Amino acid sequence: MSETKNDIAALRNRISGGETTARAVVESAVDAAEKLNEPLNAFLEIDRNGAPKRAESLAGHEGALAGIPIAIKDNICVEGMQTSCGSRILGNYHPPYNATVIERLLSAGGVVVGKTNCDEFAMGSSNENSAFGPVRNPWDTTRVPGGSSGGSAAAVAAGIVPVALGSDTGGSVRLPASFCGVFGLKPTYGRNSRYGLVAFGSSLDQVGIFARTTADVAAVLGVIAGRDVHDATTAAVPVPDYTAELSGDVKGARLGLPRSLFGEGLDPEVRTSVEAAVNVYRDLGAEIVEVELPNAQYSIAVYYIIATAEASSNLARFDGVRYGFRAEEAPALRQMYRKTREEGFGPEVKRRIMLGTYVLSAGYYEAYYGKAQQVRALIKEDFRKAFASCDAIITPTSPTPAFALGEKVDNPLAMYLNDIYTVTANLAGIPGISVPCGLSSNRLPIGFQLLGAYWSEPTLFKLAQAYETAQPFTERPPICA
Amino acid sequence: MPITEADVEKVAQLAHLEITPAELKIFAPQMADIVAYVEQLKALDTRQVEPALGGLTPEGEATDSARDDSAAPSLGQKTALAEAPDAAAGHFRVPKVL
Repeated sequence: MSETKNDIAALRNRISGGETTARAVVESAVDAAEKLNEPLNAFLEIDRNGAPKRAESLAGHEGALAGIPIAIKDNICVEGMQTSCGSRILGNYHPPYNATVIERLLSAGGVVVGKTNCDEFAMGSSNENSAFGPVRNPWDTTRVPGGSSGGSAAAVAAGIVPVALGSDTGGSVRLPASFCGVFGLKPTYGRNSRYGLVAFGSSLDQVGIFARTTADVAAVLGVIAGRDVHDATTAAVPVPDYTAELSGDVKGARLGLPRSLFGEGLDPEVRTSVEAAVNVYRDLGAEIVEVELPNAQYSIAVYYIIATAEASSNLARFDGVRYGFRAEEAPALRQMYRKTREEGFGPEVKRRIMLGTYVLSAGYYEAYYGKAQQVRALIKEDFRKAFASCDAIITPTSPTPAFALGEKVDNPLAMYLNDIYTVTANLAGIPGISVPCGLSSNRLPIGFQLLGAYWSEPTLFKLAQAYETAQPFTERPPICA
Repeated sequence: MPITEADVEKVAQLAHLEITPAELKIFAPQMADIVAYVEQLKALDTRQVEPALGGLTPEGEATDSARDDSAAPSLGQKTALAEAPDAAAGHFRVPKVL
């Protein structure tokens, strides 16, 4: 069995007990990443030489992640490795610094083994928008792994690494987590730093975590969370010991059920599976409370105005001057900008930049962006009211299990509608976690989502852990380390 | 009012994108669909609603994000230019502006 199929606690015990070494663990992750990259295309860069050396240098390191191999989405800066964002326009870009979350992982003894494939600039729900080819789902390689952090999700699901980082702007951690059968957390807005995360939608982006257990998600959040002077949006809110609060029963916990979100468009098998999860919580002594989120139906419309507007502004920096790709044969500056962006960006990124430019343009700003920010306020208020009567809300993570590669590529709007359950958390700034809860009849993972009030990650972890203990998800995909 | 090919050409220009005629044929109907979809928001009466300003939590808003105004090391010229497609004499070189 590959070492990396163990969770963090087991690996730490095996390393400190002398049953294995950090180097051996990291080498097994690198071996698995290389071996499985042909069927999965999950990694864009694998640190074959550097990662084992770094692991060796960690002898005696007592950090929470000492010797633990970690995969990082290729839109988070790691010094000495590439950051392509899945885009030709950055290509072989090597950032001169580490993201703050990477600094913190390294301080805790974590070892970055590779950079994972993703939708270009994190824009997508299927991972098919990567300039370097789609990631394939380890449960069925004819299916998408979900996006945009598909490579990180696939790497964790396939047992290549115990944990990985992604980014979640509208569901880009939770959706692929559900498609690949792993846990995926989007923390509260401001919980951790985005310094060194390539910006997409700055009022929505958060770095998120993939793992095969709740405890591992909690352990990694404890390492990366907290205020950072390099990111003014990080909040001065103390970081609790997330792993200390995991166990304990959930008797009396109030779980909100928004019935209106279980209607049209929801796959019957997903509905059955999530309703079964609700019954598990009921059996564990949780109280199921009906809640209303009347404006959730507008969330996709709001999201695709705000996210595209912010993207059009953030992606203006890619102009072929300071880093990345520059088009040839453009003798004048403006022409160079245009050709570079035309040749460097893929179709989804261009579509979103243009939509964002459109909704921000003179005469339209109030009708689109201004209106969207008002409806966003209504969505935030819906959650504030709902959390007065419950501790967390349960929904499906995705309306369907993983769909086929190519199924939605020609219909962007159908692709966007896949994010219906996840985007509300980004609009409201609240945390959400996707929890694996079984397989469909054709053996594709299904996940449910728990949403909580600001800073309620401990509550989400406690609920996720209680479910995990009652209904362990032990199935592993056919493509596995 | 549905988005036309002329609208798409105009926003492409504003966004410094040089899209091809073939792309225009694909993008225009797709963008028209998406804009028609987001226009459902117009049905909501929001006259009394204060717009949200970003994603900040109350705790985030209350956080003093100013840092000490003290000098710290920066990347330096060599590192800052290391990834440039065309650097010369310690500068980023670009094609002629005028």
